[in-house]
Amino acid sequence: MLLQALAFYVFAFVVMASATMVVVSRNPVYSVLFLILAFFNAAALFILIGAEFIAMILVIVYVGAVAVLFLFVVMMLDINVTQLREGFLKYLPVGSLIGLVLLLEILLGLGVLGGNSPAMEGLAKSGAQVGAIDNTRAIGRVLYTQYFYLFQAAGVVLLVAMIGAIVLTLRSRPGVRRQRVAEQLYRPKDQTIAVVKVPTREGV
Amino acid sequence: MDLAIKLIVLLPLLAAAIAGLFCRVIGDRPAQFVTCAALLIAAALSVFVFVRIGFGPESAKLIVVKLFSWMDSGTLAVSWSLRVDTLTAVMLIVVTGVSSMVHVYSIGYMAEDPGIPRFMSYLSLFTFFMLMLVTSDNLVQLFFGWEGVGLASYLLIGFWYDKPSANDAAMKAFIVNRVGDFGFALGIFAIWMLSGSVNFAEIFAKGPEMAQARIEFLGMNLPALETACLLLFVGAMGKSAQLGLHTWLPDAMEGPTPVSALIHAATMVTAGVFMVCRLSPIFELAPIALQVVTLVGAATAFFAATVGLTQFDIKRVVAYSTCSQLGYMFFAAGVGAYSAAMFHLMTHAFFKALLFLGSGSVIHCLHHEQDMRKMGGVREKAPQTFYLMWIGTLALAGIGVPFILGNGIGFAGFYSKDIMLESAYGAHSVVGMIAFWLGTIAAFMTAFYSTRLMFMTFYGKYRGDHHTWDHAHESPAVMLIPLYVLGIGAALSGLVAYDWFVGHDWKHFWGTSSIAVKSTEEVLHHAHQVPLWVKLAPLVFALSGIALSYYFYIVRTELPALTVKRFPGLHDLFYNKWYFDELYDAMFVKPSLRIGRAFWKKGDEATINGLGPDNIAARAQDMAGALSRFQSGYLYHYAFAMLVGVAGLVTYFMLSAR
Amino acid sequence: MTIGLGHYLFVAAVLFTLGILGIFLNRKNVIVILMCVELMLLAVNINLVAFSVYQGNIVGQVFAMLVLTVAAAEAAIGLAILVVYFRNRGTIEVEDINAMKG
Repeated sequence: MLLQALAFYVFAFVVMASATMVVVSRNPVYSVLFLILAFFNAAALFILIGAEFIAMILVIVYVGAVAVLFLFVVMMLDINVTQLREGFLKYLPVGSLIGLVLLLEILLGLGVLGGNSPAMEGLAKSGAQVGAIDNTRAIGRVLYTQYFYLFQAAGVVLLVAMIGAIVLTLRSRPGVRRQRVAEQLYRPKDQTIAVVKVPTREGV
Repeated sequence: MDLAIKLIVLLPLLAAAIAGLFCRVIGDRPAQFVTCAALLIAAALSVFVFVRIGFGPESAKLIVVKLFSWMDSGTLAVSWSLRVDTLTAVMLIVVTGVSSMVHVYSIGYMAEDPGIPRFMSYLSLFTFFMLMLVTSDNLVQLFFGWEGVGLASYLLIGFWYDKPSANDAAMKAFIVNRVGDFGFALGIFAIWMLSGSVNFAEIFAKGPEMAQARIEFLGMNLPALETACLLLFVGAMGKSAQLGLHTWLPDAMEGPTPVSALIHAATMVTAGVFMVCRLSPIFELAPIALQVVTLVGAATAFFAATVGLTQFDIKRVVAYSTCSQLGYMFFAAGVGAYSAAMFHLMTHAFFKALLFLGSGSVIHCLHHEQDMRKMGGVREKAPQTFYLMWIGTLALAGIGVPFILGNGIGFAGFYSKDIMLESAYGAHSVVGMIAFWLGTIAAFMTAFYSTRLMFMTFYGKYRGDHHTWDHAHESPAVMLIPLYVLGIGAALSGLVAYDWFVGHDWKHFWGTSSIAVKSTEEVLHHAHQVPLWVKLAPLVFALSGIALSYYFYIVRTELPALTVKRFPGLHDLFYNKWYFDELYDAMFVKPSLRIGRAFWKKGDEATINGLGPDNIAARAQDMAGALSRFQSGYLYHYAFAMLVGVAGLVTYFMLSAR
Repeated sequence: MTIGLGHYLFVAAVLFTLGILGIFLNRKNVIVILMCVELMLLAVNINLVAFSVYQGNIVGQVFAMLVLTVAAAEAAIGLAILVVYFRNRGTIEVEDINAMKG
């Protein structure tokens, strides 16, 4: 138990620290890297709680795809490392105050800090269900049967996102030669082949 | 007889309606024809009625024709009915006679005006209202006619509506009249309160009882009938331009001359006199009111004559003369000689209308020139007008030869003016004596200024523009015939009607229904007994006035200017109408303008608008300006705002759930 | 000490708040904004999974997967927009994006 608690505290602390660093870093590449660190640690937290499938998905999708994409864009956009603007310091007191208030309220509402939380009363406070069935199998049982529609809808969302990304960023550059296959196939015969009677010994 | 009376009153209304409403359809000539025909028929019928009533038996002296009922509410029962007695018959002759002559005259005078049907329609409409006034059987109908003639006067004074001075004069007339009408309305209410009825027969019957009543007002205990009669007289002051409410009459000369002749000489301004005479039974029971009437009348007679001495506009001189003569009529009524007042009303209608129409003829001849300083020698160009104007002037001055053939021979004013002054002397009261002396001095001044008008206009060398002189010509026949008719009236009406009105036959003529008979009898009796010098005084004063005027304007023509230089203060006082207009301007007009402006600027604009719409609009703009600073364009500002909002909402729900 | 639901929820709450703070405290560039959105979504995911495990109801994790999907799609589109914007403007300073100023 102690190990578990310790692991939890370590991972939780790193997540929060790296999230802070994402916001505070001057170099955007550092920000992306800290984001990746946060994702990893969040995945570790998921494993701790017993949702290993989600954890792996997090690593593959978030870290492997989304964070790498972020990194691509950061590199591509030739951003100068800028000075920290004064606005940061000007807004920090008020902003932190608001953030703190929000945090306290979330915690109060969820019954973490104390008092009666209406949100938590209806929950069965059973402990973690360990090992009845593994996480992947459990999700698979439900996802492709009960929530099949949602699954397909998620696929459509991804499709739309892909199309959208392409449409937004595609630009046709002049002077680039491409193959237009359809035109090639539609070429009529009389533009391609001409039969010429060639007398002998004279050439075309 | 009943039919005749109804026709007299309603024909002018019909003619006014046809000419007014269908003027586009029928055109100018038919409009003139319809209105003149209606008036001439009404005039002929009036003569018929006058003869039947004035000289018929006692039983026929009072006719009441009920048309239909008007208001029937609780104890107030008012109906439209026409009461015709001798007083009415006299007024019918005057009104329809002068009105028909003015209608015919207008055909010539207004021949080049673009609004002929409108003019004729207004004239006939006015006549209808005046006839309603004189034939009314109750105070409310009289008030209807009263207001109606005020309206017609407004329409006619402002007939040339594109002249701003005409518009101002019309408004002035109406507003000053309104002040008088307010008093009149209060008087009617008082009478109704005292007697419970507005019909004349019932009011007169309750007279003695009303005289005892007293009324509480603002903590004062006043005799009721005196108060009521004073209030009614205030109305008469407004309508008849007596001192105090006279300021509108000279400005009313902005209207066309036929209007001045009809309304401001013969008929509308005499409505006040008519009203006092009609209500004479109750005025007799209010001696204080009668004294006030006498004093106001005498003061007006004197005041207007002084102002008339100095005026240069030919119509203004005649206007002030009218104002003065009305003062005479009022003081005659005030001392109790109602029939003398009516006598003068009739003769005055003739010669004053003659003078106005004659002036109009001169103005027409000199192509709309009204300033006498630019006239002179007009008798060469317009001889008939010249002779007729002399008849009118001598009638106004009251010239005649006394004692021949019993009553003397003279022009109309000779008879009527003398009997009024004799009555004033014969009343043997303080106010009567004041009235007598003021009236006699005014007679001197009247003779002076009316002959001054004649000398300046018709004699001497022409002082105006030569182009106008070359085109000057006598008026056409359609304008001269009314002048002749009125001239006959001015010359002979006094001689003919003396006995009927104030002489031996007066009792038979008036009967018992028209005016306060008992007191009139006494007054007239005293009037005929006055000493010789009293009977001759007006004539002597008038002749000396004419002589002085002749001296000033024919013999030594430099004297007028020298006199003005010698007495500058007096001259300024008279010329500026005793500064009444300036006084009223400072006392009433400017303060009310200031109050109005204060209400407008401070009350309406600053307070109501400022706290209401303008304020709301300004605050809305302020708020919009403040709110627009939230739209900075920066995403993080928006995000921050959303965050604050979320925090607030969550806080609220957290706290409300506890 | 046993790690209970509350601990996980605490972590998620802090992450969420940090993400929100990052959106408006940052003056540097737009990419950080997008990353903070990802942080917020991560916090939501932690929340969902924690609840799911402690309730024994698998649907929370299914939901978390779908959230993951949508987050990925949204990150892609967001970056595409950013790239096009950079092509047109040449900068991704947050303070220069104020064309909607009213």
